[in-house]
Amino acid sequence: MITRRQFLIVASALAAPTAAKAQLDPNLAAKRKAAFQEALRRVVGDAKVNKGRVKLTLPPLIDNGNSVPLTVAVDSPMTGADHVEAIHVLTEKNPLPDVVSVALGPRAGRATFTTRVRLADTQTVTAIARMSDGSFWSDGAEVVVTLSACLEEGLI
Amino acid sequence: MARAVVTVPPRARRGEIVEIKTLAQHPMETGFRRTQTGELIPRDIIRTFTCSYNGTEVFRVELHPAVAANPLIAFTTVATESGALTFQWVGDNGYTVTEIAPLKVE
Amino acid sequence: MSPRLLLLAACLAAAGARAGEIPPEARRSGYDLMSRETQKIEDDDATNPGILGVLDGETLWQRKAGAADRACSDCHGDARQSMEGVAARYPALDAARGRPLNLEQRINACRVDRQKAAPLAWESQELLALSAYVARQSRGLPIAPKIDGKAKPFLEAGREAFHRRQGQLNLSCALCHDDNWGKHLAGSLIPQAHPTGYPIYRLEWQSLGSLDRRLRNCLFGMRAQVPDFGADELVDLELYLMWRARGMKIEAPGVRP
Repeated sequence: MITRRQFLIVASALAAPTAAKAQLDPNLAAKRKAAFQEALRRVVGDAKVNKGRVKLTLPPLIDNGNSVPLTVAVDSPMTGADHVEAIHVLTEKNPLPDVVSVALGPRAGRATFTTRVRLADTQTVTAIARMSDGSFWSDGAEVVVTLSACLEEGLI
Repeated sequence: MARAVVTVPPRARRGEIVEIKTLAQHPMETGFRRTQTGELIPRDIIRTFTCSYNGTEVFRVELHPAVAANPLIAFTTVATESGALTFQWVGDNGYTVTEIAPLKVE
Repeated sequence: MSPRLLLLAACLAAAGARAGEIPPEARRSGYDLMSRETQKIEDDDATNPGILGVLDGETLWQRKAGAADRACSDCHGDARQSMEGVAARYPALDAARGRPLNLEQRINACRVDRQKAAPLAWESQELLALSAYVARQSRGLPIAPKIDGKAKPFLEAGREAFHRRQGQLNLSCALCHDDNWGKHLAGSLIPQAHPTGYPIYRLEWQSLGSLDRRLRNCLFGMRAQVPDFGADELVDLELYLMWRARGMKIEAPGVRP
């Protein structure tokens, strides 16, 4: 239970101008979109990003956004002459667009990896692969994030 | 306690692609959460993961706060020669964990 | 609270489609009600993050502690044998204390009485690690709490707590978990509340947590008074939940959304 004292501390903190950042920013959507575009530019520069060759697998409806299984597999022979050099995963609506950047080469044997990620909201996740010939390929996956019904006291 | 678990097959045929699974114990504190009284909890994450095969780096991951707590990283490598796979996780506040797994190639 | 959640709570309070206790053949672990992806996390020791706690527990089991300078293993030996089936029987009656103790309380009682060490804090990494390690030794074994004459009043107190309406939403445990399991509360599926996997690695928590924590979490959601960790009423409720889940298999460390 929140005590009266705790409530007053929170209430006064929210009222103080220094804590204004904790409140919702009306331009949040636009800012996140710009951050995504910026992250994308950092990864690909001015190069064209082709659709295909990359397969991003995420469950379409997940139990909890704190830990979502994510697998990226890229169609590549993974030879010295023709392989994947890097895989990047980006999100549109997380506080930061970057999720992971992977550096790999022919010694991986297969251009695939699995991890678990946090998704703050229902959104499209993007995976981009850079090939040894300098071309970029990508795939996107839409994920529906539902929130837990009963939250705990403590962290907000 | 800071530990990691790596799952690597003990032996493989030369040229075989082996599957590797790793789990590192870490809260991956995002730097965006606040306490009940509104104070920001500072970021504390693993920033990089590397896998070296007999001293040569074969796989590297840069991690950001969007990676879930206790990061799972699963990938593959080609069994080229007998030796050791060295896994290293490096993060904020001096976090370093190293695990070594032997691999026998026949 | 969102209007939607309030509405749901009101519906639950009014409806109660399947009143009464769940018959044994209809009982299902929370595992069966979660997504295939989350099931896979639990199934594979190489990816189940709860295993990190089990391995910590294995280390702590052999670490000497307290004025007695004794490790768990000095008395209990190899936990893989000595602790087999133990977690499936907890909470269990403690003769000296005259009431049931849950697994965490038993570990701390051992620390204080035998190791002459300070008890471990509730939800500390150490206590969760030891309980996860002990519970792991019961994986696959049927839940079988001992309900003899002396434990009976505590079981009945737990049963009463499970069916008692409480909190500002005027809900009882039974209203959700006996009468409306399988339906949704906001985005979450309502499970039957069988404690088969504790301590669980809950994705919401991003860590291991005890059954005490889960029950406190539920009570907070019901806007009810939240008892302290290890409070008699929580342990009585845990005893009832284990009895209610008797025969179901231990999955520890379970993974839940």
